[in-house]
Amino acid sequence: MLNKWMKEGNHWVWFNAMALTLSLLAVTSLIGLLVFKGMQHFWPKDVAVYSVQDGKGGQVKLIGEQHRTGERLEGDAQAGVSHIPQMLVKVGGREIFGADFKWVDEPAVLATDYPKDMMVIERYEWGNLYGRLVSLTDSDGKKITGDAAQDSFQSLIAQHGSLYEKLVDIQKSKIGSINHSVEGLRLERRRLELKNALTDVDIARLAEERKVLDQKYALLLADMEKLKLLSESLGVAEVEVMGGKVVQLPINKVVAATLPNEMGAFEKVGEFFHKIWEFLSTDPREANTEGGIFPAIFGTVTLVFIMTFVVMPFGVVAAVYLREYAKDGFVVRMVRVSVNNLAGVPSIVYGVFGLGFFVYIVGHGIDQAFYQEALPSPTFGTSGLLWAALTLALLTLPVVIVSTEEGLSRVPRAIREGSLALGATKIETLWRTVLPMASPAIMTGLILAIARAAGEVAPLMLVGVVKLAPSLPIDGNTPYIHLDQKIMHLGFHIHDVGFQSPNIEAAQPLVYATAFLLVLIVISLNISAIAIRNRLRERFKSIDN
Amino acid sequence: MSIKIRDKQSISQSRERFRAYKDIAARYAIGAGGLAVIGAVLLMMAFFFLQVAPLFVSATFERVTTYEHPSHGASLLMAMDEYRDTALRVTASGQVIFFKAETGAIVQEQRLPIPDHVTITSHQVMSDADGDVLFGLSDGSMLIARYGFMISYTDGKRQVTPKLSFPFEDKPVMISEGNALTAVSGRTSGEAILLSAFAKGSDALVLRRFEKKQQMFSDETTLEELATVHLAVKITPRWLMIDGMLDWMYAVDEKGNATVVSLRDAENPSVYSEVSFLGDNVQGARRLTSVSFLLGETSLLLGEASGQITQWFPVRDAKNSYDFMPVRSFHEQQAAIVQMGSEQRRKGFVVADAHGEVGIYHATAHRTLAVESLSHVALVNMALAPRANAVLAEDASGTMHLWAVDNEHPEISYEVLWNKVWYEGYAEPAFIWQSSSSNSDFEPKFSLMPLAFGTLKAAFYAMLVAIPIALMAAMYAGFFMAPAMRQSVKPVVELLEALPTVIIGFLAGLWLAPFLEKNLPGFFIFLFLLPLVVFVFGYIWSRLPDAVRVKIPHGWEAALLVPVVLVTLFLVGLLGHPVENAFFGGDMPTWLTNVAGIGYDQRNSLVVGIAMGLAVIPIIFSIAEDAIYNVPKHQVNGSLALGATPWQTMVGVVLPTASPGLFSAVMIGFGRAVGETMIVLMATGNTPIMDINVFEGLRTLSANIAVEMPESEVGSTHYRVLFLAALVLFMFTFFFNTLAEVVRQRMLKRYGAL
Repeated sequence: MLNKWMKEGNHWVWFNAMALTLSLLAVTSLIGLLVFKGMQHFWPKDVAVYSVQDGKGGQVKLIGEQHRTGERLEGDAQAGVSHIPQMLVKVGGREIFGADFKWVDEPAVLATDYPKDMMVIERYEWGNLYGRLVSLTDSDGKKITGDAAQDSFQSLIAQHGSLYEKLVDIQKSKIGSINHSVEGLRLERRRLELKNALTDVDIARLAEERKVLDQKYALLLADMEKLKLLSESLGVAEVEVMGGKVVQLPINKVVAATLPNEMGAFEKVGEFFHKIWEFLSTDPREANTEGGIFPAIFGTVTLVFIMTFVVMPFGVVAAVYLREYAKDGFVVRMVRVSVNNLAGVPSIVYGVFGLGFFVYIVGHGIDQAFYQEALPSPTFGTSGLLWAALTLALLTLPVVIVSTEEGLSRVPRAIREGSLALGATKIETLWRTVLPMASPAIMTGLILAIARAAGEVAPLMLVGVVKLAPSLPIDGNTPYIHLDQKIMHLGFHIHDVGFQSPNIEAAQPLVYATAFLLVLIVISLNISAIAIRNRLRERFKSIDN
Repeated sequence: MSIKIRDKQSISQSRERFRAYKDIAARYAIGAGGLAVIGAVLLMMAFFFLQVAPLFVSATFERVTTYEHPSHGASLLMAMDEYRDTALRVTASGQVIFFKAETGAIVQEQRLPIPDHVTITSHQVMSDADGDVLFGLSDGSMLIARYGFMISYTDGKRQVTPKLSFPFEDKPVMISEGNALTAVSGRTSGEAILLSAFAKGSDALVLRRFEKKQQMFSDETTLEELATVHLAVKITPRWLMIDGMLDWMYAVDEKGNATVVSLRDAENPSVYSEVSFLGDNVQGARRLTSVSFLLGETSLLLGEASGQITQWFPVRDAKNSYDFMPVRSFHEQQAAIVQMGSEQRRKGFVVADAHGEVGIYHATAHRTLAVESLSHVALVNMALAPRANAVLAEDASGTMHLWAVDNEHPEISYEVLWNKVWYEGYAEPAFIWQSSSSNSDFEPKFSLMPLAFGTLKAAFYAMLVAIPIALMAAMYAGFFMAPAMRQSVKPVVELLEALPTVIIGFLAGLWLAPFLEKNLPGFFIFLFLLPLVVFVFGYIWSRLPDAVRVKIPHGWEAALLVPVVLVTLFLVGLLGHPVENAFFGGDMPTWLTNVAGIGYDQRNSLVVGIAMGLAVIPIIFSIAEDAIYNVPKHQVNGSLALGATPWQTMVGVVLPTASPGLFSAVMIGFGRAVGETMIVLMATGNTPIMDINVFEGLRTLSANIAVEMPESEVGSTHYRVLFLAALVLFMFTFFFNTLAEVVRQRMLKRYGAL
C-alpha cells in the first residue's frame, strides 16, 4: 500500500503543500510578530514590586515592569545543565541605578505585588522612573501629601506641558526663522562681495536689517527666559523609588506620570491610544530611543511626494512610448532591456550613483553656479532631500512603466480605432480616451512605486537620510520646501535605532512599533494597488465582452 | 456669404494645422521620453566606468625644466618642499644649498658646522616628515641636521622659506676617532633615538642609544646618552638600516649579505640572523647598488646593478620566530639602480637608474606605473616631492631635470583586487579587505575577494532556503491547489515581496539571531522532523475512510497541514532543550565552538540565509507559479487521460514545459539575493572573512558599500574602489537579469508555438 502510494508520488504532493504552508505561516507569523511586539509598546504595563531572594539569603525589592523573558544556563557539561527562566525587569532610573534593566531569575522571585499607587514617570531625560509619590512641594513652597498630591502633580505636569510647548515653539520656529533670516543677510552680503558690488548703502541697509532681527531675537530670548524660570519654579515632587530612596523630581523634568495599576481596562485602552497618538505626533527624545517619530513620518512622506512628481510623468511617457509609438525594433528592445535592468539593479547601486552623480557632480555644479556665496559649506553639493527623491525616482521608474504599460495594453483596440476614425489625432486619442481609461493602472503603478520608496533604505543611507534632522524639510521660512535639507526616514530610523543606538534594549519596543507602522503603510498601499488593479481588470473584461 | 465661408475655412485650417503640429510635437516629446530611459541606464553605466577608470590608468611624466645645477659638485642628498617650489641639495663637502626647483636659482647656501677639512662620507634620512638627516663624517663623528621649508602667505602669494637647523646639538658627536664613517643609520621612536655607524677599517657596528631631553628654559632639546654597544660583524656593511618600530637593524654589504640585528630588547641588541639577499651569489654576479625603506620603514627595497628591485620584509612564523622573505620584485629598468625614494603617503616608490631612467612603482599593487627616460646620461641623485607629484633628478653631467608626475591611484591592480597579496606583517599572501586605519603609514588592503565571497555565500545560503520552498510552493499553488484557495493564497505570499527588507533584516538581526542561538538544536530537529511528520500524516490521510476525506477535497492539503506544522513546532519546542542538554552540554553554540571546533557568531550566515531566503521566496514563487500555471491545459489533460497520476504529470509534462520559467525565476531571485543590502547589513556581523562555515558572519559587496561609502573621501582610491564594487554588482545583476529575460523570451516563443 505504502509503496503504491509513494510510487504515485503522493508524498511529493504533500511536500509541495508543506512548502506552501511554510511560506504562508512565515508571512503570517512575521506580520503577527510585528503587530504583537509593535502594539505591546503602547499598552500600559502594570508596575510590579518583586521580592527577590538575593544570593546572601536576604531579600531585595525590585520595582519595575517586566520587559521580556529569557533563560540562563546553570551547571556544566559533566554535572548536567539546567535552563533557569529569567525575566528582564525594566527598573528605570538610569542615573540612579546605573542601568535601565535588571535580569531576575524567576524561581528567585518570592512574591509579586502590584501596589495601586505605583507610578510610571516618563521624563525628558534618563528614561522612565518607577516609584510612589510621597509628597509635592508646589511653587509657593507648600508641601502637599496624600491624595491631593497626586491631583496637583497631574495638574502641574499639564501646566508644564503647555509651557513646554510654548518654549519649543519659540525655540524652534520663531528663533529658527530669525536665524534663517540672519543667515540670509550674511549670504546676501557675501553675494554682493563676490560680485564686487558691495556698496556702503548695502552695508548700511544690511546692518539695519540685522539690528531689527537682533532686537527681535533679544525679545524672544527674554520671553524664553521667563518661560524657563516659570517652568523651573513649578514645583518639586518627592518620589520614593526602588530601595526606599526618595528622589527630588522637579516638575519640569516630567513628561507624564501614570498609575497603570490603578487603571481599569477602559482607561488602559484610552492610555493605549493616547500613547499611539503621542508616538505618531511628537519628536524623538534621548537619541531617538524615546518619544515619537513624527519627523521620520514627515520626512518619508515629503520624500515620497517629491519623488512622485518626478517619476510619474517620466514613467508614463516612457510607457506610452513603448506601447503606442515605438515600432518593434532594436530601439524598443533596448528600452525594454534597460527597463528590465533598472528593475534588477540592486538598490545600493542606485545609492552609489545618486551620491556620485547627483550629489557630487550635479550638486557641486549647482553650488558653483548659484550658491557661490555659501561656499565652502555646500548647499546642494551634499546629500539632501532632492537627491534622495531623484535617486528613488530612478529606482521606482520601472514599477511605473511596467504598470502603466499593462494598463495601456488592456485598453481595447476598438476604442483607439474608433477615436482615430472619428478624426482625432493620435495624441488626442491618447489624451482623451486611452490615458483616462488607463489611469487606474497608472495609479496602481504610482502606489506601488510609493510603497517601494517608503520601504527602501539602502540608497537613502548614502543620499540624504540622517538619524536626526535638525528641522523639518517644510517650514514657514522661504522657500518653504527645503530641497537641500537632510531628512529623517522611517526605514532608516528602524536600522539606526535598532542597530546603532547606545541603549538597544530600551529602544527595541520603539523599533518594533516603527517597523509595524512602516509595514502597515506599505501593506495598505499594496493592497489598495492590488484592489485598483483588479477593478481595472474587471472593467475591461466587461468591455471586451 | 462667401467671405464668411472662407473665414471659417481658414479658421478650421489653422486649427487643423495646430492639431497636426501638436500631434507631431507630442510624438517627438514622447519619443524623447522613451529614449531617456535608455539614456538613464547608459548614463549610469558610463558614470560608473568613468569613476572606476582612473584606478587603472598608468602614471605619466611631464618635463618641467632642465638646467645646469649650481656648482660645488655632485649632490649626496636632495629634497623638495611640499609645493615643489624650493629644493635642497647637500654635497660631499658639507655644503647645503637651497635653490628654486624650477630654475636652479640659489636661495640660500651654508655649510654644515663641521671642520674645514672634514667631508661627508655617509648619510641617511632619518625621517622624511621631519627632515632629519644623519651625516657620517670623515673624521669619525656624526651630525644630525634638520631641513625644513616654512610656508607663509603674503597677499595670497605663497612664500617658501628654507631653514636648516640642528634639532639636538649643532656640533658633531664623535663615534670613532679618525676613522671615516662609511655607513650610518638613525631612527627616532618617541623619546628614544638610536644611532648606528660603521667606521672604516673596523669589524664592529657601533650602536648608540639616546634619549631626548627638553631643556628647562629654552625649547632646545639635547640628547642624553643611555648606552653604547659594539656588535662584531663579519661583513663590511655598505648600508645600515634601522626599521621604524626600532625592532630590527639590517647591515647590508654590496654582495647582498646582511646581518640582522634584533633591537627588540633595547638594552641588549644582538645579532639575530644572517641573510643573503641575493641568494648564493658566489661569483658575485649580482650586486646591490641601492637600499631603501618603503613607507612605514618595515619593508626593505633592494636595488641591484641589473636594475632589479626586490622587496623584503620580516615574517613571523607559527613559532614566533622571524624569517626575512623576498616578497615581490620588479625588473622594469635595465641599469644599476642609483637611488630609490619612497612616497610619504603611499606604499609607492620612485627609482632612478644609471641609464637616466626613472621608474614609478607601487609595492602592494605590484605595479609598474611608468618608466621614463629623463636624461641620456646616468642619473646620480634624485628627490621625490612629498606629495609624489614631481621628481627632481641630477645626472652625471651635472644637469638637473624637474619632471611633474601624475600618479593618482597607484594602489589598485588586478592582482590587488582579485589575487592573494602578501601584506606587511602577514605570514603569507592572503585575501584581505581593510580599507582604512588611523595611522598614516597603513597599507590599505583592497581585495574584493572576501566581499565577493561573502556576497556569493549569503546568496548561496539564501537560495538554499528559497529554491526548494519557493519552487515546491509554486508547484503546489500552480498545479495541485484548489482554485478557490489559490485566489486567496497567492496575494498573501506576494505581500511578502512588498515587505521592506529593512524590516526583515531588523527582525533577523534582533529577533531571529538570538532566537536561533537559543534554539539551535530545535531548528535542526524541525528541519528533519517536519518532512517526516508530513509524510506520515499524508499516508494516514490517504488511508482514512472516504467519509472523512471527502470533507476536505483535493487541493486543500496545504490548509490541512497548518495544524500539522504547528503541532510539529510545539513538539520541537518540547524536544529542543532536552536534546541540547543530552548531546550538546546544554548549549549548542558553545558546544560547536569548544568541542566541534566550529566558530559560532550570533549573527551568522544561517540567519542571513533564512532571512534573505524569506525575502527571495515570493520573487521566485510568483514567477515560477505563473510559469507552471500557464502550462497549456490540453497537455496536462492529455497526460492525466493517459493514466498518469497528478505527480507523474507534474514531473513528466508540467515541469519540462515550465522549466525555462523556473530557471528564469531562480536567476532573478539569485540576482536579488546578490544585491540585497539591508538584510545582510543587519543580520550579519559584517566581518570580511572568507569562511564557508554557516555559523560565521560575512560581509557582502553591497553591505560594504553601505558601511564605507559615507566615510570615503570623494575621488580617493577608496571611493573609486567602492564604485568598482558597485559596478561589479551592477554587471553581476545585469548578467543574471539579461539571462533570465532571454530565457523568458524563449519560453514565450515556445508557448506561442504550442
